[in-house]
Amino acid sequence: MEATFEPGIETQIREWRTYLLRRKTIQPTDVDELEDHLRSEMNELGAVGLSGDESFLVAIKRMGGLNELSREFARERSSRLWKQLVLAGGSARERSRELYAELLVTTLIALAAALAFKAPAAFGYNPFRDSSGGGSVVDAATSFYLRNASLIALPFLVGYLAWQRRLPLKRLAMLALPFVVAAVLVNTFPFDRGGDTELLVAIHVPIVLWLVAGVTYLGGEWRAGTSRMEFIRFTGEWFIYYALIAFGGGVLCALTLGVFEAIGIDAQVFISSWVLPCGAVGAVVVVAWLVEAKQSVIENMAPVLTGVFTPLFALMLVSAIVGMAVTGNFIQADRDVLILFDVLLVLVVGLVLYSISARDAAATPTLLDAVQLVLVASALLIDLFALTSMLSRISDFGFTPNRAAGLGLNLVLLVNLGWTAWLEFAFIRGKRPFANLERWQTAYVPVYAAWAVAVVVIFPPAFGFS
Amino acid sequence: MQTLKDPRIAKDLVAASATPLVLAILDDSESYGYAILKRIDELSGGAMEWTDGMLYPLLHRLDRLGYVEAKWDAEPGGRRRRYYTITAAGREALTEQRRQWEIVSGALNNAWRSFQSSNAIPSAAGA
Repeated sequence: MEATFEPGIETQIREWRTYLLRRKTIQPTDVDELEDHLRSEMNELGAVGLSGDESFLVAIKRMGGLNELSREFARERSSRLWKQLVLAGGSARERSRELYAELLVTTLIALAAALAFKAPAAFGYNPFRDSSGGGSVVDAATSFYLRNASLIALPFLVGYLAWQRRLPLKRLAMLALPFVVAAVLVNTFPFDRGGDTELLVAIHVPIVLWLVAGVTYLGGEWRAGTSRMEFIRFTGEWFIYYALIAFGGGVLCALTLGVFEAIGIDAQVFISSWVLPCGAVGAVVVVAWLVEAKQSVIENMAPVLTGVFTPLFALMLVSAIVGMAVTGNFIQADRDVLILFDVLLVLVVGLVLYSISARDAAATPTLLDAVQLVLVASALLIDLFALTSMLSRISDFGFTPNRAAGLGLNLVLLVNLGWTAWLEFAFIRGKRPFANLERWQTAYVPVYAAWAVAVVVIFPPAFGFS
Repeated sequence: MQTLKDPRIAKDLVAASATPLVLAILDDSESYGYAILKRIDELSGGAMEWTDGMLYPLLHRLDRLGYVEAKWDAEPGGRRRRYYTITAAGREALTEQRRQWEIVSGALNNAWRSFQSSNAIPSAAGA
């Protein structure tokens, strides 16, 4: 088989290649493969007597429409589907007008969220004034915000996502239901102010509501594993963006304070009662918009971040194990130990999820997969130590809400990581495809939801609202 | 001459049978995109018309699911070519697909029998 055609045809093939490469869903290796196909077809057509030009045209035609093709590739790698949707159709002008409208709606929703968040202050619930009480006792206003912050902020996120997904009203009403139920429970339970159960509820309500936002994000199609992965990816990216913006906002606030102090104006109250709370809530929506609009930027960041932190955490855990082995000191079960290890497991699960979501599922095992296995396995080992010492403490002193919540979360994560380690091991040995690991993680999401719901609904009455 | 009716198979049917066909071809021997399409053409007597490009997203999907394995190989001309091999999981999937298709085709056959008695069938559309 000859490899080249006349120069004119070669130029055309090159042009066709560049044109394909401009489609972001079709990757260079795909283009190589398609080019091989095109050339094979052209050779065959040439053999039956077509000229170079003719065979090029026929082969291109048989290849099918580029839009169709890139959509098909996008569907296969659904993570990148949005780009095609964004880029397909419409002139640059139309697109910029759409972008403008989107920006406007996003800003309005973010503003509404910020104002709604401050609205209770008009009725005297204002914990942001700071420095008034000074005591460590949780006052009524703080307690109100602890329980209700996510209930005020997240409906706006859901509203924004529903607007973006053009969700039918009936579905939206279904999604509003968990918010209503949570609002009723959280505000009618007779909590001991500042008690453990109140704090636990304050932590777990946002998790439940975030998952509701996830259903909105997926346009109600949360049952499919691949789409759940989309939401996991969204969560991770949202988190990175939020952290970046929070950091920038912090710098801005500090500078503002300094500059105004220099000219003799005290900006403290303004910043702590307006800028910080409004900014934090408004950012929830703005960041969601950013993640959608600027996805490609983060797509390059996620693999880098996991690539940096997976080995570092693995190293830390392995040295902790070595340290335990050398000194013979095991984990002392004091009050905070379980929380610490819960945080550790959450982090490890987060890293695993992030690297899975950022990974090309078709790729073969790499060194990073082995490092990740080390990370997961050592986290499991350390956690088992922590659990055994904690269990003895619980059997001595009984359950408190905090201990029960810590233990439950620990078990939930332990089960996840245990099976993850096994799947990862099988993947590295080439026994199972990577897709199994992905499926396991996406299938596990409802477990988190169930656990968070249990903490919100069952814990307070079970522990007498203490 | 062709008959007035389009001899090609409806798109939906082509799409539905794509996975088992490709897996079955790869079960025979490892192959690459263009050759797979040629083989499908042969097997169907040209009646199953694919849009050529569409094979590749399908192959990627099968790769992701672990049903086939892809590797690049230099071909004598110097160009790289991507070859696909079926895996054990792919064979399993193929067996399962085959079982399902046999049920479907069996059901259709039974249904045709009653259909045949009331409608004369034009003798098989030989090309």
